[in-house]
Formats: sequence, C-alpha cells, structure tokens
Amino acid sequence: MFSVITIMIRRDILLAMRRPQDVMTSLFFFIIVVSLFPLGVSPEMEVLRGIAPGVIWVAALLATMLSLGSLFSADYQDGTLEQMILMPQSLALMVLSKVTAHWMLTGLPLVVLTPLLGLLLGLGGEEIKVLTLTILLGTPVLSLIGSIGAALTLGVRGGGVLLSLLILPLFVPILIFGTGAVSSMNAGTGTEAHFSLLGAFLVLSLLLTPWASAAALKISME
Amino acid sequence: MLDILDLECVRGDHLLFTGLRFSLKPGELLHVKGANGSGKTTLLRTVCGLSQAERGAVHWDGSPIRKQGEYFRGELTYIGHHNGVKEDLTVLENLRITMMLAGQLYSDEVLIGALTQIGLGERIDLPAKSLSQGQRRRVALARLLLTQTKLWILDEPYTALDVAVIQVLQQVIAEHLQRGGMVLLTTHQDVDIEGVVKQLMLST
Repeated sequence: MFSVITIMIRRDILLAMRRPQDVMTSLFFFIIVVSLFPLGVSPEMEVLRGIAPGVIWVAALLATMLSLGSLFSADYQDGTLEQMILMPQSLALMVLSKVTAHWMLTGLPLVVLTPLLGLLLGLGGEEIKVLTLTILLGTPVLSLIGSIGAALTLGVRGGGVLLSLLILPLFVPILIFGTGAVSSMNAGTGTEAHFSLLGAFLVLSLLLTPWASAAALKISME
Repeated sequence: MLDILDLECVRGDHLLFTGLRFSLKPGELLHVKGANGSGKTTLLRTVCGLSQAERGAVHWDGSPIRKQGEYFRGELTYIGHHNGVKEDLTVLENLRITMMLAGQLYSDEVLIGALTQIGLGERIDLPAKSLSQGQRRRVALARLLLTQTKLWILDEPYTALDVAVIQVLQQVIAEHLQRGGMVLLTTHQDVDIEGVVKQLMLST
C-alpha cells in the first residue's frame, strides 16, 4: 500500500520538476495578487494590517484553484489516467497520493511564502504565526476538496470556469475559519476553536474526498 | 476464462450492439472486426471495466468483473488508443513506473532488455516527447514483453508500427497464447498469429 503512495508521489514530483513552469505559475500568481493590494487599496500599514489575513487567504484560494485544473487533466489526455484506473491498486489511494504530491508542489510553497507576505502587509509576529498555521492546515483541505471538482470537470469544455463555480463555494468555511483565527487572536478570544475546526475539516476530507474523487474519475472516463 | 453475457452497449442514443455473447478460453485469441463506429473500442473498454454496459455482464472465472475489482485488474493488461506514455519522462522511466504500478517489479536490466527487443534499446534515456508516434506505441507495447497477466486487451495495437515490430509483437502474442493466455484485439490488418484465432464481426 505504501509503495503505491511513494511511487505516485515521486512520479508526480518528477513530472513537475521536468516542467517547473506549471508550479511556478500559481506561485507567482499568489505573490502578485497579494502585492497588488498595497498598490490598489492603500499603502497605510494600519489598513493593510486589517485586511492582510483575508487578502492572503483569498489569494491562496485562487492560486489553488489555478493549479487544480491540471491535477488530472494531463494524465487524462495522454491515457495514463485510464491505465491508473485499470491498475490492480486502490484508485482512491492513487488519488490521495496525487493530491498529496499536488499539495507538496503548490500548497507547501504558499505556506513558506505566507510569513514573507504577512510582513509585507505589516502583520506582527504572533499574527504571522497564527496565519501561517491556518494556511498549513487549510491548503491540504483545499487540494483535497478541489480534487473532486477537478475529477468531475475532466474533459468538459470550459472546465476551468465550471471547476471554480463548483468548488469555490465549498472553500468558504475554510476561508472563514482561516481568517477568523487571526482576528479572534487579536480580540483575545483564543484560536483553539478555529484550529480544531480546521483540523477536523482536514481529517474529514482526508478520509472522504479520495473515494469521492475516485468515483468521479471513473464517471469521467466513460 | 472470460465470458461475455448478452452484452448491450450504446453510445449517446445510438445502439451499438445487443445480445452479444462470446467466451474466451485459455490459449485463445479473439479478433474483433467491424467498420469504424461499429463499437469495437466500446466493447473493449466495457470488457476492461472502463465503460459500463447498458445491459448484460462481463464475467471472469465465473463471476462478474465488477465484484472482483482489483483481482480482475491484476489479471488484465489493456492497451488502448492512447499510449499512456508520459512525454516528460524517459522511455525507461515510463516503462518502470507502469510496471511498478501494475505491482510487478523488474530490475533495470530486464526493462532495458524488453525495450531493446522492441527496438528502443538506443533510446532508453530520451524523453518520450522526442519519439515518433510509432516509437511511443512501442513504449506502450513493451509492457507486453514483461507482464504476467492472463488477459490482454489490445485496441489497434499495430497502429503506426513498422513491419519488423509487428512481427515481434505477433511473436509475443503467439507465445502468450501458448502459455495459456487470452487476447482480445481489434485491428484492420490481418492477424497472422499461430494459435486458436477466433473472429467476431460487429456490424453497424
């Protein structure tokens, strides 16, 4: 079982290293969207500090959306996806491995960049710590939930837009609890509740979404 | 043993075939013939389990494939229209990863041996995107030289291949049949393989 996971993760990371522009696009998108706000809204540190958690979270959400389109589509087009479905392995496990690789390539860099962008928007040390932790807990959930949408919209014309319409509403709870953690810390009400809920989302989506995505992939292949 | 029981397949609103029955015993090859659009690919994909039949069932060793799941998929090698070859991986990496996912581990020497036999020995370290259509087809077909599965389902395996490779492939299929394997294939060319070759004609 673990060998399937390691084979798939290594395969997807190797493929991404051979074609780094795909990963870089969503990363630069994240940086650019965040750095537009000081220019567009206001360079005042007080204003920026208030909106920073929301800005970084929304940008992370959109960057994830951008990269989700390619989660299965390349494998779908060259026929490796139908081979995966026919392998004597659990498809849900292969999906979970693909999503893990996807998160390591697109979610983890967002986590690493969050403290820098937090500084740029004038967040304090404690705020940055909490925000980075919410991104760390939240982005895997985005990748996992997004994989269902990516599987359902495979081979559909205009699938990218449809994917956003399907998936963005499902991201709303993550966004609320992610940004809420920073404001409730500032309000002095503690962050445990937000982190528990984000953790619960992560555990639930780890358990459920691979099966849903695997089923959606089988439907898309017909 | 593979049994097709009263299979009915449709594409869109169009009925492709209905009441299709045949069975394939160890050592037999079934050559599926028919004009373009007669449902050859749909039949093959349904037998694999990639597509669902409208009616009827596919049985392997006496029970429906849908209930067998991974067991049936472990007995099957399917090569479809798409080669399932990653352009950014090298020829050797492609074959290695496919065999690993199929749960069959081979040393690099064995993998290179298979690739050499199918005429890719000089190109094992080239990315697949630098290969021609026929060479990519060979990367996909190299699996057949190694795999230990019993049932091979090959959709137009000869496409883009030159005469020499077609002969290697026919030899490999003949050996597979001698070992008691089963083959289901479509092609518009003549099948010149030693062994029990049955034919099925799909009409439009």
